[in-house]
Amino acid sequence: MNKYVFLIPLLPFIGFLINGLFRNYLSRALVGIIGSGVLIGSFIISLLVFQEVTAPGFETQLIKYFDFINAGGLKIPVSFQIDQLSALFLLVITGIGSLIHVYSTAYMHEETVPHFARYFAYLNLFVFSMLLLVLGSNFVVMFVGWEGVGLCSYLLIGYWFGNNNYNNAAKKAFVMNRIGDLGFLLAVFWILQQFGSITYAEVFAKAASAPVPVITGITILLFIGAMGKSAQIPLYTWLPDAMAGPTPVSALIHAATMVTAGIYMIARSNVMYSLAPISQNLVAVIGVATALLAATIALKQNDIKKVLAYSTVSQLGLMFLALGVGAYTAGVFHVMTHAFFKALLFLGAGSVIHAMHHEQDIMNMGGLRKKLPITHLTFLIGCLAIAGIPPFAGFFSKDEILTAALIKSPVLYALGVMTSVMTAFYMFRLYFLTFSGKFRGTHEQEHHLHESPLAMTFPLMVLALLSVVGGWVGIPALFAKDAHLLSSYLSPVLGSANGEAHHLSHSLEWALMGILLSFIVIAILFSRRLFGSNFKTENTTEGISGFFANKWYVDELYEAVIVKPLDRFAAFLGSVVDNKIIDGLVNGVGKAVQFSGRQMRLLQSGQVGSYILIMMISVILFFIFQLFWK
Amino acid sequence: MQVMPINYYIFLSIALFTIGIVGVLTRRNAIIIFMCIELMLNAVNVLLVAFSKMHHLNAYALDRATTAGTEAQLFVFFIMVVAAAEVTVGLAIIVMLYRNIHSVDINFLNRLKH
Repeated sequence: MNKYVFLIPLLPFIGFLINGLFRNYLSRALVGIIGSGVLIGSFIISLLVFQEVTAPGFETQLIKYFDFINAGGLKIPVSFQIDQLSALFLLVITGIGSLIHVYSTAYMHEETVPHFARYFAYLNLFVFSMLLLVLGSNFVVMFVGWEGVGLCSYLLIGYWFGNNNYNNAAKKAFVMNRIGDLGFLLAVFWILQQFGSITYAEVFAKAASAPVPVITGITILLFIGAMGKSAQIPLYTWLPDAMAGPTPVSALIHAATMVTAGIYMIARSNVMYSLAPISQNLVAVIGVATALLAATIALKQNDIKKVLAYSTVSQLGLMFLALGVGAYTAGVFHVMTHAFFKALLFLGAGSVIHAMHHEQDIMNMGGLRKKLPITHLTFLIGCLAIAGIPPFAGFFSKDEILTAALIKSPVLYALGVMTSVMTAFYMFRLYFLTFSGKFRGTHEQEHHLHESPLAMTFPLMVLALLSVVGGWVGIPALFAKDAHLLSSYLSPVLGSANGEAHHLSHSLEWALMGILLSFIVIAILFSRRLFGSNFKTENTTEGISGFFANKWYVDELYEAVIVKPLDRFAAFLGSVVDNKIIDGLVNGVGKAVQFSGRQMRLLQSGQVGSYILIMMISVILFFIFQLFWK
Repeated sequence: MQVMPINYYIFLSIALFTIGIVGVLTRRNAIIIFMCIELMLNAVNVLLVAFSKMHHLNAYALDRATTAGTEAQLFVFFIMVVAAAEVTVGLAIIVMLYRNIHSVDINFLNRLKH
């Protein structure tokens, strides 16, 4: 299978080139077929790779293609690494990516053909970058993919470039990502300086012998990169704004590509993180803080996509919590299950928005259950999965994360539980406001309500199925011995970090699980009472609700503390340094020449006598000078 | 033999040269200026010949066969030839000038300024 691995990223790239270059000549159907087809092709190859990886006796494989940089002692090859972790991510990216591509063919049908092709070109490039990121066998190839997804997110968030707000959202995402990228880049340089190599295998082999402060520094810088890409405090504000892009793009960003990159990178560097307890604690604290902050904000958002965006930030926080407490498998597990149900929720939201003619405010929805039966059912499954109701996927991964957090510290556990309860509450608030009660929109909207075409409902059904069964690969030891397939599958890469879970007695685990579940069920029932069939209005302006509804005023804070001073500094540079000093210098030279020229012109009187007089005086002065000097 | 002191030649030369300079500076008639230039050239000629003769006489007293000090008289001939050439060209210019502007006043010749 090694011979064909390069096709996995190459196919989407070819799709990008065809759709991008020939967008004015292709027909709509052809664009859709090429765009989705290349991804499905990649998915099939990924399946074969996965099959090979799971076969007994598999060893990590490095496939080298060519040297990217070869200067002196520095050798940076372009090579791919096939192991359990990358194979799993390949499946998630290409699998969910294909579903989103298929969905997009129907969702974007209102666009004109060139724009439709441009959309698919960007989408393919996005997947290509992400595949490069997970396939690379060294930090530089990963960085190339890392930058690629940043670029594509910019292009796709600003896809409707006619709207200036969308452009601003795109720029915000790009700038925030760049801040993180700087941290990542510095970490790569530091790794190169410390270990003399950037290949994973060599770096991780030497990591144990490096001084702890250096490892701590490198891992913190890497984490700064992850903060930008995976939307953690303080760089998370771009992700909710990224809702400016088309809905399938949000699904792609949140589920398959982009935000999981940070998790992947830390899971990949788990050897280094395990050596640096300070960085681990930082990751855990930032993760749980982000999870909690985003969950509180999500409680009061009225835009269907904004709620989902904040829930993603919150779930990413939980994943970082898992990575921070050393439960790498649990983190990767949650990436996988989250990819299923978050893609499902976003595509379901897209279906709702499609039916509502681009209405996104849940206050204007309600009662959609009858009109959109498939969307309703799949969305409900997604909500149950993210809320953590067994046997849906989210339950297993979230439970694993929380158990790992409890072993590390009860405080982290308590905050994690709070986040989970809030997650259940706001997801069901979203569900009830959208699907139950009476329709609150205009008559025209009500008249036009319709279920989406098959190209949109089919991905929903597949993802709903995955959201149900996706968690069964990680059944904890509590229910059945050796049933955690994912853990044993990933153990060659991530180590058997989850062995720690057995420190807890089974009765305690049962009790905790019962308490957590009852909290979640209470939250759901409470949400139903508030937002169910007899919902009227909601207070979102006063007190703490206003604080949450306004997103803790973080955007305003950044605006005041960072953006405004930078603006003012730039204005100062523009008006004073450039206009006065630099322009003054340049114009001053010109003015000096002009002035001296005007003065010298007076000597040229045209009177021959005066010339001779000057000449004579000069000659006399010359003689005097000659005679009396010295 | 009574020799005229060199000082007289120098004073004569200075007088001629000064007259020439003042003439060039103050007069506007091109022909007069031309004559004044000739005057300056000849003042230099007088000086050259005088010094040449003086050096030659001093050297001749010691050695009858010497030619020392006579080189300067060659310069005088050079200057005369150059002056003659200059007069030819200069007078031609002045004739053309007169034909064009019916005047030989040099202050009419400031057109190059514009």
